[in-house]
Amino acid sequence: SPGTVLETHCTRRQNISHIRFILIQNRAGKTRLAKWYMQFDDDEKQKLIEEVHAVVTVRDAKHTNFVEFRNFKIIYRRYAGLYFCICVDVTDNNLAYLEGIHNFVEVLNEYFHNVCELDLVFNFYKVYTVVDEMFLAGEIRETSQTKVLKQLLMLQSLE
Amino acid sequence: MCSCYYSSVWLHVNTGECNLASKHVPLQYLITLHWFETLFLCVFQRMPAPIRLRELIRTIRTARTQAEEREMIQKECAAIRSSFREEDNTYRCRNVAKLLYMHMLGYPAHFGQLECLKLIASQKFTDKRIGYLGAMLLLDERQDVHLLMTNCIKNDLNHSTQYVQGLALCTLGCMGSSEMCRDLAGEVEKLLKTSNSYLRKKAALCAVHVIRKVPELMEMFLPATKNLLSEKNHGVLHTSVVLLTEMCERSPDMLLHFRKLVPQLVRILKNLIMSGYSPEHDVSGISDPFLQVRILRLLRILGRSDDDSSEAMNDILAQVATNTETSKNVGNAILYETVLTIMDIKSESGLRVLAINILGRFLLNNDKNIRYVALTSLLKTVQTDHNAVQRHRSTIVDCLKDLDVSIKRRAMELSFALVNGNNIRGMMKELLYFLDSCDPEFKADCASGVFLAAEKYAPSKRWHIDTIMRVLTTAGSYVRDDSVPNLIQLITNSVEMHAYTVQRLYKALLDDISQQPLVQVSSWCIGEYGDLLVSGQCEEEEPIQVTEDEVLDVLEGLLVSNLSTPVTRGYSLTAIMKLSTRFSSVNRIKKVVSIYSSSIDVELQQRAVEYNALFKKYDHMRPALLERMPIMEKTASNGPTEIMQTNGETEPSVPDTKHLPLVTQPANQANDLLDLLGGNDVVPVIQTTLPTKPASAGGELLDLLGDLSLSGGLAPAPSVPVSQPPFLLDGLSSQPLFNDTSAAIPPMTAYSKNGLKIEFTFERANPNPNIAVITIHATNTTEADMTEFVFQAAVPKTFQLQLLSPSSNIVPALNQGSVTQVIRVLNPQKQQLRMRVKLTYTHKGSPVQDLAEVNNFPPQSWQ
Repeated sequence: SPGTVLETHCTRRQNISHIRFILIQNRAGKTRLAKWYMQFDDDEKQKLIEEVHAVVTVRDAKHTNFVEFRNFKIIYRRYAGLYFCICVDVTDNNLAYLEGIHNFVEVLNEYFHNVCELDLVFNFYKVYTVVDEMFLAGEIRETSQTKVLKQLLMLQSLE
Repeated sequence: MCSCYYSSVWLHVNTGECNLASKHVPLQYLITLHWFETLFLCVFQRMPAPIRLRELIRTIRTARTQAEEREMIQKECAAIRSSFREEDNTYRCRNVAKLLYMHMLGYPAHFGQLECLKLIASQKFTDKRIGYLGAMLLLDERQDVHLLMTNCIKNDLNHSTQYVQGLALCTLGCMGSSEMCRDLAGEVEKLLKTSNSYLRKKAALCAVHVIRKVPELMEMFLPATKNLLSEKNHGVLHTSVVLLTEMCERSPDMLLHFRKLVPQLVRILKNLIMSGYSPEHDVSGISDPFLQVRILRLLRILGRSDDDSSEAMNDILAQVATNTETSKNVGNAILYETVLTIMDIKSESGLRVLAINILGRFLLNNDKNIRYVALTSLLKTVQTDHNAVQRHRSTIVDCLKDLDVSIKRRAMELSFALVNGNNIRGMMKELLYFLDSCDPEFKADCASGVFLAAEKYAPSKRWHIDTIMRVLTTAGSYVRDDSVPNLIQLITNSVEMHAYTVQRLYKALLDDISQQPLVQVSSWCIGEYGDLLVSGQCEEEEPIQVTEDEVLDVLEGLLVSNLSTPVTRGYSLTAIMKLSTRFSSVNRIKKVVSIYSSSIDVELQQRAVEYNALFKKYDHMRPALLERMPIMEKTASNGPTEIMQTNGETEPSVPDTKHLPLVTQPANQANDLLDLLGGNDVVPVIQTTLPTKPASAGGELLDLLGDLSLSGGLAPAPSVPVSQPPFLLDGLSSQPLFNDTSAAIPPMTAYSKNGLKIEFTFERANPNPNIAVITIHATNTTEADMTEFVFQAAVPKTFQLQLLSPSSNIVPALNQGSVTQVIRVLNPQKQQLRMRVKLTYTHKGSPVQDLAEVNNFPPQSWQ
């Protein structure tokens, strides 16, 4: 079960804290992006996706943007109909990851020129490219929006 | 459509029948037609070009039901499968992309795994890109084909185009298995030293992943880290700091090695704050907050438990703390990381106070996220910096009214941690108000917290009882089971409040009999102090007028009510019985008791039968048996295993053992008949006095009484056999109720071997001086942590031992912390304390076990 997988991973890496997965879901529960930085079976992944969806959509404006999830926590923010969720360790800096999410969304916005959900649907492989430019191995990699956009345009020109 | 027409013609020609249209067609014509037919069929039956990704997505989105979508997907999957079989390079990329999309929707896509590999091996960038994406989504470590990627990645790591190298690094860094990491670590290390900053960033984080997977390879990356921090490029700097952090967290040796980087890190941080506007990494006016946060985190790890490093970073931390803009979340993120660092390193007290004040300011912030993180951090520091946190008490209490559940919970925990003798009245008011209005999930914890706090700091007995009443009446059904015996004991010991208490409890019962803990405590009290109730002796408030019959009505009502649990019924029956010596309406009570001696509830039945026997055959003993309870001493507070002692008058002390089980039993009532006389805690008492006669309903009681020589009235306690365990005997020697004196006992080293040192510190248990409370402190001077540390102890038979749970089971290396655990030793015969200890732990991967005798206890610990 995903619970035990996550917990075993937790005990094996005692002090290490990093991103476990990044999810973009819409309100109906459809996944628009799922980036995993840990090993899971397909069923486990599906279960996790459903659980995150359940936990996050039940919250509204009067709740904080952090929610305890098994042995970890989820930092999330809602943009229009999409939930951007990052699963991190309990010792991680919540506020910093909130900034990370916002940074990521701003890049998406710039790259797709006022991004909307359909952009993410039809260009899903490009969204993964954006993620891979900004995050790697469960850590934030590049934070400069200008730099990321420059790289993305370069990559696009190669197609 | 054309093919259908032609094939129908073909069919007709074949069967020799002609339809009307071609009736008069000559044979040559038919043969030509046939030729055209085959040509068309070839054209039409060959696979059409696979549809584009966009089109597939659009089509799938038009599906109106799940079933329709599934059908579309199955159709497309079949088409893709055929296309794969044709080994068509042109469309592979498109097909895999479509497959990945369908995979994202939740459909299986494993048949595309090999195709991903083929794409990776292709020379085209577009192919590689989709191939690697596919690998990251479909191929994890558990797939067999995973390893086949290794060679491709190796080649791509050395590719001439940096974007291809980037793709390879990214894939390896996200999901490379341990074998892959081992094979490719060298390539990653090479790229870490390249001058291309785009690749260096990726290589650094890829190295982090490699180290996570194969920690032994860490050494390999050490040379490359030499100049990482002198980079100007923020991105490289950022990822370098992450790499250094990972290395330091994993290896104490690396930590020591990198401590010398502290001055450099401090300088970089300073430049970040002081430097002007840097548009590339600016977020709301703050330059590269992400880098600042990571540097702060690395400083935290380096400064932990090292005075020199901590001192070197004091100034910069103070600077960041005071200069950072707090109007937006980004500034607060940096401040928060700063606070975490200050609290973790060996900072001077002024800095710590500054940190707590920042947290206090966070509590006033409109943004609930910030309030939440502040409360979480304050909770961690409240033990160590208690006074500083106290200053923000009123703000914390205000957070009890917050709308977010997690904020409320933290505020509640923090509030309880801040309660002390000075603020108890005010705090309790707020907390009781919270208890009234909070969600059910909080009520149990809040109630327990209130009881604990009240017990520790109650300004007066009356206040204490009132508080308990308030909790019982407002949250009575959420109160934990073990609070009932605790409360009963508390009430018993507050002698002057008996009348007041029973009156209030009686009135509460009249209002509401649904909350079981309240009902149980009330019935017990009425049974005990019913005489005070009817005689109207209350001093604290206006005494109520109530008759014996009214009281008995209430108690009998509990017996028959549907709301009462079996446990509650037991309480009320016993209470009724006890009133037989306090009230005059004995006949009524006799009737009730005899009715219940045929109750279906076995528990009630047994009680009733025994009480009946008491009336009939042992009536002369009844007054003594049912006498007022003596004051009970408590030696453990609120633990699940309580050592209850009696310190009572000599006369009824022995028969009281019959009562004790009834009191300590309520929550854990087993239907086992024998358990009636054997309580959890009092088993040793009963076992030695019960002779081995066959058990029979009501037989136990008689056995107990039969064993002791009570023929000439009650024998005083000293005639009880010597084999009786210490509890009873102790209670009879003269001891003041609350013994405050405890001469300081020097600590001692119990064990010191192989770097593990265990020290014992002592204190007397209050109020029983026969219990020594020993706290063990385990420290570790070696350079590796001792994990899975378990401490066990055994004592000679004349002692009794209780081990509470340890603070943790990891003894950190290099004296960076200690594991503490409390041991309570009961030593009533004042014999010399001896102990055998067994230690097990894991050190540097191998398990260690040792046995040792501890004989050097200071005399004051057992005399």
